[in-house]
Amino acid sequence: MTKAEKQAEEIREISGSDPWKCMKCGKCSASCPSYDEMDIKPHQFVSYILQDNVEALAQSRSLWKCLSCFACVERCPRDVQPGRLVDAARQLVVRQRGQDYLKADEIPELLDPELPQQLLVSAFRRYRR
Amino acid sequence: MQRIGVFVCHCGSNIAATVDVKKVVELVRMEPGVVWAEDYPYMCSEAGQSRIAEAIRTQKLTGVVVCSCSPRMHEATFRKCAERSGLNPYMVEIANIREHCSWIHKNTEEATEKAVILARAAIAKVNLNTPLQAGESRVTKRALVIGGGIAGIQTALDIADAGYEVDIVEKTPSIGGRMSQLDKTFPTLDCSACILTPKMVEASANEKITLYTYSEVEKVSGFVGDFTVDIRKKARSVDMSKCTGCGVCQEKCPSRKTPNEFNRGLNTRSAIYTPFAQAIPNVPVIDREHCIKFQTGKCGVCAKVCQAGAIDYEQKDEIITRKYGAIVVATGFDMIKLDKYGEYAYEQSPDVITSLELERIMNAAGPTKGHLERMSDHRPPKNIVFIQCVGSRCADERGKSYCSKICCMYTAKHAMLIRDKYPDVNVTVFYIDVRTPGKNFDEFYRRAVEEYHVNYIKGQVGKVTPQPDGTLLVHGVDLLDNHQVKIEADMVVLAAAIEPNPDVRKIATMLTASIDTNNFLTEAHPKLRPVESPTAGIFLSGVCQGPKDIPETVSQAGAAAVKVIGLLAKDKLLTNPCTAKADVLACNGCSACANVCPYGAISYEDQEVRAPGVREIRRVAVVNSALCQGCGACTVACPSGAMDLQGFSNRQMIAEVDAICR
Repeated sequence: MTKAEKQAEEIREISGSDPWKCMKCGKCSASCPSYDEMDIKPHQFVSYILQDNVEALAQSRSLWKCLSCFACVERCPRDVQPGRLVDAARQLVVRQRGQDYLKADEIPELLDPELPQQLLVSAFRRYRR
Repeated sequence: MQRIGVFVCHCGSNIAATVDVKKVVELVRMEPGVVWAEDYPYMCSEAGQSRIAEAIRTQKLTGVVVCSCSPRMHEATFRKCAERSGLNPYMVEIANIREHCSWIHKNTEEATEKAVILARAAIAKVNLNTPLQAGESRVTKRALVIGGGIAGIQTALDIADAGYEVDIVEKTPSIGGRMSQLDKTFPTLDCSACILTPKMVEASANEKITLYTYSEVEKVSGFVGDFTVDIRKKARSVDMSKCTGCGVCQEKCPSRKTPNEFNRGLNTRSAIYTPFAQAIPNVPVIDREHCIKFQTGKCGVCAKVCQAGAIDYEQKDEIITRKYGAIVVATGFDMIKLDKYGEYAYEQSPDVITSLELERIMNAAGPTKGHLERMSDHRPPKNIVFIQCVGSRCADERGKSYCSKICCMYTAKHAMLIRDKYPDVNVTVFYIDVRTPGKNFDEFYRRAVEEYHVNYIKGQVGKVTPQPDGTLLVHGVDLLDNHQVKIEADMVVLAAAIEPNPDVRKIATMLTASIDTNNFLTEAHPKLRPVESPTAGIFLSGVCQGPKDIPETVSQAGAAAVKVIGLLAKDKLLTNPCTAKADVLACNGCSACANVCPYGAISYEDQEVRAPGVREIRRVAVVNSALCQGCGACTVACPSGAMDLQGFSNRQMIAEVDAICR
């Protein structure tokens, strides 16, 4: 198994999501509030995993533009849940760096009145430990 | 001792590529009772069958084991072959070394060993087989059709055309079904009512057809050729023989607030009503739940205005019991409930509608008299968005796993009709795939794009947000252009998935007909017997079997009718001799078997029992072999081992197990 294949496998394992179930309906991209700021669009995440191209996903802006609002997870008719794939890719990057991207203590300082609520909720979910 | 011949089939390479057939032949030769063994490339071929026939004659075989494909494929073939050669057909057993062996194994050594074991089990069974004689049962030359939509009507017309009596049971007050709710039909755009009502009239006028409308099947017993069915004729509260169908009662009825089911609840109807103008029979019913007279005792306006004196508040439900030779299920479909699809705002906004509701809005007899308008403010819409696959092709529990099949075509139809009648209205269709296989179907869809300039966008809609100004903001995506699309629509039409009529579960249980996880009735064979249920005498017509459009439904309805006619044309049916039988000496009359029998085939009688040292009158179980389907439940329930299944006796089963474990 090549490194790329291993990474893709890891993403599938962490996310618990099956990218082969995708029927390319695009409901994830239609639902995404950060769509315009993303270089790789939510519906494309699946293809990147299927093509074992986790590297590109890890380098992409989308990884950090995803609000983890999970609208795509809620609405995906095929149970692919692209939001979980992104979440898993983030995990992978964070694990490689050996630390969290954010520390829980840093959050209050970063709070911005303009900040979407989803991000807050998401941060709580992520850093609840 | 039996003289058994074993015939091992190669099935081309299907078996021979994985199983060493020569070795199987060599090894089974040593089995007790086996006097002949051979292999052949295709046992089911004429040459293969003649080898079996030849061996039966020359070797004086008393039993045959064919090691081949599943008995579902060729058991009948080989039994007939044996019968032609003078051997009782029930002395033939199949060892399934294809589906159960060669197809599922890769290793030749293991597969060969298993094939030998399977053959050995069949040989052990044949050693204990006894000749069985099939009995005969009569055929009632009358058919029952459950459901009076286009499927049921067409099946009934075709059966009647062959000269047989047929009854249609329809739950609602009129026949016509879903098709009567449609405005136009694809791909020819002819008016649905114009092509359906002649058929409805024909069904009602045909003297071979009896309509039981506002009626439901309550109980079914019996078996193929001889079903007994209880039909509940619900009280109409109107005397069908007196009513002239003038409609005055409906005009004068003061209770007018009941949601009109025929118009999908888009407007209301009176408590005494006929569902639609062309209803057959054209006799109203009183909806007692919403009738002021029935609820408060005060009113009686309809009785006062009825010149014919047809109103009968005292009418009671009536149970009709009839015998039928065959039953056709034609229970049709409904749209799924959209309460789980909050993102499309169907329950929030009256301007988000289903396609079937649009069908009523477009219809001249519908709630808006055929004018395209928003249900909220009755203004004509300027921007209409269609969303495909709402609840179809879903992997989650919100929707259905299957493609509903009809939506792509009816959406193209709706889009075209709207653009034709209202050229100023923008029509956008969000699709995942456009699926239009069928004669003149893709051309129809292309016409919507090329001639009527309907805007088709590849991508599913994420959500629909009702705006304060009454518009609906549609958040979609164009996957081919890779950008998000936001459209301010003033009407959104959802192509909701279709599902089998919820009543079908109850009916399938009554008929002991199997249904799949989606509540569609199962066919006897998905390709080769698509209009028959695995339960003998039960046939399938229309969407109850799977999603289909009108042309397909009508074809299938005709096919079901042919199967029914083929059955009714027979005077006698051969019954399965593999039925249960009680050993009166062992039976203690405990009723355990009768309690578990799903077919009501077991009764008790006092019999004189004679055996050495025994001569007394005992209460013992008696099996009606015409009713018994050979399921074997009683043999398991019997505590004294008195109940046994002929052809599948406990001894035979144990012999097979012993042979496998040897």
